[in-house]
Amino acid sequence: MDDTRPLIGIIDTVGGAVDRLAYESHGGYEAARKALGMQPDDIIDLVTEANLRGRGGAGFGTGMKWGFTRGPARTPGGKYLVCNADEMEPGTFKDRYLLEYNPHILIEGMIVAAHAIHAETAYVFLRGEYHEPFRELTKAIDDAYAQGYLGRGIFGTDINLELRIHRSAGRYICGEETALLNALEGKRAQPRQKPPFPPASGAWGRPTIVNNVETLCNVPGIVRNGADWYHSLGTGDDAGTKIYGVSGRVNKPGLWELPIGTTIREIIEEHAGGMREGYKLRGLLPGGASTDFLVEEHLDLAMDYGTIQKAGSRMGTGTMILMDDSICPVDMCRNLEHFFAQESCGFCTPCREGLPWVEELLIEIEEGRGKEGDLELLDRNAMFIGGVTNTFCLHAPGAIEPLASALRYFRDDFEEHIRQGKCPYR
Amino acid sequence: MSEAALVQILSDDEIREIEEEAAHLPDRKSAAIDAMMIVQRYRGWVSDESLGAIARLLGMSVENLDSIATFYNLIYRKPVGRHVVMVCDSVSCYVMGADGLRKAVEEHLGIALGETTEDDRFTLLPIVCLGACDRAPTMMVDDELIGDVTPEALEEIFARFA
Ligand SMILES: Cc1cc2nc3c(=O)[nH]c(=O)nc-3n(C[C@H](O)[C@H](O)[C@H](O)COP(=O)(O)O)c2cc1C
Ligand code: SF4
Ligand code: FES
Repeated sequence: MDDTRPLIGIIDTVGGAVDRLAYESHGGYEAARKALGMQPDDIIDLVTEANLRGRGGAGFGTGMKWGFTRGPARTPGGKYLVCNADEMEPGTFKDRYLLEYNPHILIEGMIVAAHAIHAETAYVFLRGEYHEPFRELTKAIDDAYAQGYLGRGIFGTDINLELRIHRSAGRYICGEETALLNALEGKRAQPRQKPPFPPASGAWGRPTIVNNVETLCNVPGIVRNGADWYHSLGTGDDAGTKIYGVSGRVNKPGLWELPIGTTIREIIEEHAGGMREGYKLRGLLPGGASTDFLVEEHLDLAMDYGTIQKAGSRMGTGTMILMDDSICPVDMCRNLEHFFAQESCGFCTPCREGLPWVEELLIEIEEGRGKEGDLELLDRNAMFIGGVTNTFCLHAPGAIEPLASALRYFRDDFEEHIRQGKCPYR
Repeated sequence: MSEAALVQILSDDEIREIEEEAAHLPDRKSAAIDAMMIVQRYRGWVSDESLGAIARLLGMSVENLDSIATFYNLIYRKPVGRHVVMVCDSVSCYVMGADGLRKAVEEHLGIALGETTEDDRFTLLPIVCLGACDRAPTMMVDDELIGDVTPEALEEIFARFA
């Protein structure tokens, strides 16, 4: 195993997709064997001590989340582990890479996590369009069953684990964990009232832990090498590595596993090869479409949860989208709000009615029909729709993050559209 | 139609696959989405007739099943062509020229988004981020993801799907 890049280093070592034999010859499944000999509570303590935080966007402490299921011992079929592999946040492409190129690390992470929370059934909730990841993961799961790593009495113990893939039928809202549980149950993917949170009552009313793909892939390394090692991988306040990605007009778009807390500038300039000739960077969404814009002055910030939050945005999924100087910020916001309006589940009014209204107004401004006062109207509605207590789930607040920040950082561009009665970029 | 006749609209293979899913779930209704996706894999789409049969098989009302079907964009309640073409319209692809790509595809196929070619060969749909943003702009034809698409490459790409 590559001890500085425990998630994807092996893909480079092997030179492509990692099958079970390659995975095992690099220390794969050692952590599962070790964990199955540990007390579940000790695994939870270890993951807590390592300070692993959720890589699905919110950064919630993984050990703490697992700890909510502590209590009555194993009851068959009593608790569920669900891997969130719905990856639909625009600009995000990290889970696909893990699923396609290193599926066994996810299976191993799920074996450890399931044991830690006393789950005997686990699901991978996989987005429907992910055909290549489906093929690779299916192959890996079949292989793990054949080896006795999944099924009844895994690794010769008396522990059971069934692992199934649920292929989703679309819609971004399925990624929200309670909507995901409804989808898993075969229903419309409407978010649920919280509390109760899934660790108390989740899939089919049973205690359920939902974790992102990348989060679970961090678990084997922690079990094998310990919490101190995990802390030593990160810089700054957070521990471990992070898969960072860059898309947009750079020389080498892609993703890299780096110490968590690497600066934005290093990621863009060293790893992504800098901006393409003739293009200047104007702004970026640091962790997917639902995160606030950052600009030039933020480039030297560390990409970790606390630092990016202090700068008024979120690290989110850690895959950044760059806006260069050929792109109109108003039109880019129109594109983003079109997505969020379309993907609203329709349950609550500010989101269902508000987001299409915002999209319409952005179209008006972009096409030169904006009026005096429109920006103040946008400001006010953004504040209303983005208020976290005004909607039933975090879809609408997330939708507003890029817009509200664009109205701050690129206000001149918005005003220019209204003044000129046209888009200055066309 | 009798219950048995209704269910018999489904093939033995379809029923076997649906039952396999249902067997792994705490209740039969939970297999609703899987069942529709299975039938769609065989028939291309989910007709009213198929919907009724699935509802019977899983012991739920047609109305309930249809409300689930219409929630999800990958369940087709109308016939589609032999191949479904999806062009990503999300933000990274937008930055890398998705609008131009969509127009080129529309021109090439002679249809707009949401339409099917007259020979039933292609249906064109928009799709959100395909999770391959480092290869933007992207599109998908059936199960195949295609990245870094240029208008010039379209001719050769579509030729592969008869
Ligand atoms: C609208 C919306 C969409 C989401 N989509 C995803 C997703 O595609 N993948 C994901 O892992 N988490 C997604 N999340 C976050 C999940 O609700 C949940 O926090 C996460 O899966 C927890 O895993 P983690 O603690 O390992 O990060 C989404 C949240 C919201 C509000
Ligand atoms: S905020 Fe939007 S997505 Fe969330 S419950 Fe309300 S309508 Fe549905
Ligand atoms: S935005 Fe098109 S693939 Fe991600």
